[in-house]
Amino acid sequence: MDWFPLINSLRIAGISTVIIFFVGIFAAYYISRAPRAIKGVLDVILTMPLVLPPTVVGYLLLRVLGPKRVIGAWVLSVFGIKLTMTWWSAIFATVVVIFPLMYRTARSAFESFDETLAYSGKSLGLSNSYIFWRIRMPNCRQGILAGTVLAFARALGEYGATSMIAGYTPGRTATISTTVYQLWRTNDDALAFKWVLVNMAISFVVLLAVNML
Amino acid sequence: MSIFVDIEKSLGSFDLKMKFEAGNETLALLGASGCGKSMTLKCIAGIERPDKGRIVVDDVVLFDSEKHIDLSPQERHVGLMFQNYALFPNMTVLQNIRAGAKRERNKAKRDASVRQIMESFKISELAGRYPSQISGGQQQRVAMARILISAPNILLLDEPFSALDSHLRFHMEQEVRKVIHDFGKTVLMVSHDRDEVFRMSDSIAVINNGCVEAFGSKENVFSNPETKTGAMLTGCKNISRVEKLENGRVYAADWGVELNISRDMPDMKYVGIRMHYVRLGKGENAFRCSVVEEIENPFSFTVMLRPVGADKGVPIGWEMDKEAWRSIRSEELEVCFPDESLLLLK
Repeated sequence: MDWFPLINSLRIAGISTVIIFFVGIFAAYYISRAPRAIKGVLDVILTMPLVLPPTVVGYLLLRVLGPKRVIGAWVLSVFGIKLTMTWWSAIFATVVVIFPLMYRTARSAFESFDETLAYSGKSLGLSNSYIFWRIRMPNCRQGILAGTVLAFARALGEYGATSMIAGYTPGRTATISTTVYQLWRTNDDALAFKWVLVNMAISFVVLLAVNML
Repeated sequence: MSIFVDIEKSLGSFDLKMKFEAGNETLALLGASGCGKSMTLKCIAGIERPDKGRIVVDDVVLFDSEKHIDLSPQERHVGLMFQNYALFPNMTVLQNIRAGAKRERNKAKRDASVRQIMESFKISELAGRYPSQISGGQQQRVAMARILISAPNILLLDEPFSALDSHLRFHMEQEVRKVIHDFGKTVLMVSHDRDEVFRMSDSIAVINNGCVEAFGSKENVFSNPETKTGAMLTGCKNISRVEKLENGRVYAADWGVELNISRDMPDMKYVGIRMHYVRLGKGENAFRCSVVEEIENPFSFTVMLRPVGADKGVPIGWEMDKEAWRSIRSEELEVCFPDESLLLLK
């Protein structure tokens, strides 16, 4: 059994989760403090990927990252790099899809944070970054960790947008989910079932981790 | 060691317009909840920004809207103790105290002062515990220690005892009084509890709807609260609207009686008398009253009286020792409201 799809899935999910950990927390922190009207609009926009079909996300990504589209064409002409159909192209897809999970859980954690802790920290002379990393984050730890694990789990399972932007090339862009589909399509039921078991095992462990937090 | 505050801030339902000064003393802001007293502390600490005005502590301008001065909370050196103490739940007692000492750059000095303050607050043995694992009184001690180690120029206490149950409250009041005494600089305290305020403070500012209604030494404010709110907040339960009559006489409309008042107050709208100051017997402003109800308190009786003939009047409360009431108990008796005990109120 060729384990490449597992490694590829894990690295895509891992890198996307690291990216989204920071981006999601950053967005959650600033949006939780924004005025109501701005908050309402931004919240809708940032939550959209959660409810849109992954194929729609994939379509939109191809519209901007495709080799003949705005960003894709520019990167191709300046750096000579094609943004689609490589293993890391899938990161674009997973990042967009998992962002709302991280953002929403982190935001509700920040919103339930007792702001007087930050106030008293300030009047004790503690710097704003100390307050953020040593007081706010540790006290919001559970929500943020739960968001991170959920985001990772969702990234592992990403199929629609990934298959559109990275395609399925065995040994290059294949992930667990695209492999399962490909094997089923080509009637390799036994191997498909093995990958299904692998995927279920990983999801089980991840969700177990969420519950134990 | 002083503070000067003159600020305005719109709070939606009302406008905060605070103006007061305090020297080397404990000033209590006495007001009902939602009157703007906690907001005032937050403005001084720099957590909330006034719309305009000036805040000066020890000749350092913390805020001045005209000169565009607005120091950050970190730069203000104001020690603010929150109602719930705001101890960092993720840190042990020791880490909490150390966090308060961060302004001191020298590590050896910092460690020494942390050790010293933990000893003097008797919290050394709690060093490794988390705030959720210690009692309310211990939490308050940790909070005080954490604030004092940050070397504030002024201490702000927001309802310092409201999170404690009553027997602990009495005990902690004594400890905090000692801390305030040793601190020796200006202390501003916010409370709605008149007994606590009387025991803890030197001066009192009575706050109503965001404004200072009465201001002065605690003795003066209690003996002459000036306004209806002031009288209520200092614990006067018997208050009646008045209509002025001739020759220094007024009609207390809610009680349904006429009173003689020798003092003059042009814009007097209410009259009040504390429940302890009603006297038995004949004399000035004496009335025959029927006993409407007697209420037994742990150590006293409150007797509700209604002057005979004033059938629709609001009963007047009279509080006295249990023994005293038992010796005179009857259904109808003569009481008087001595002129000098009447509070003239706006």
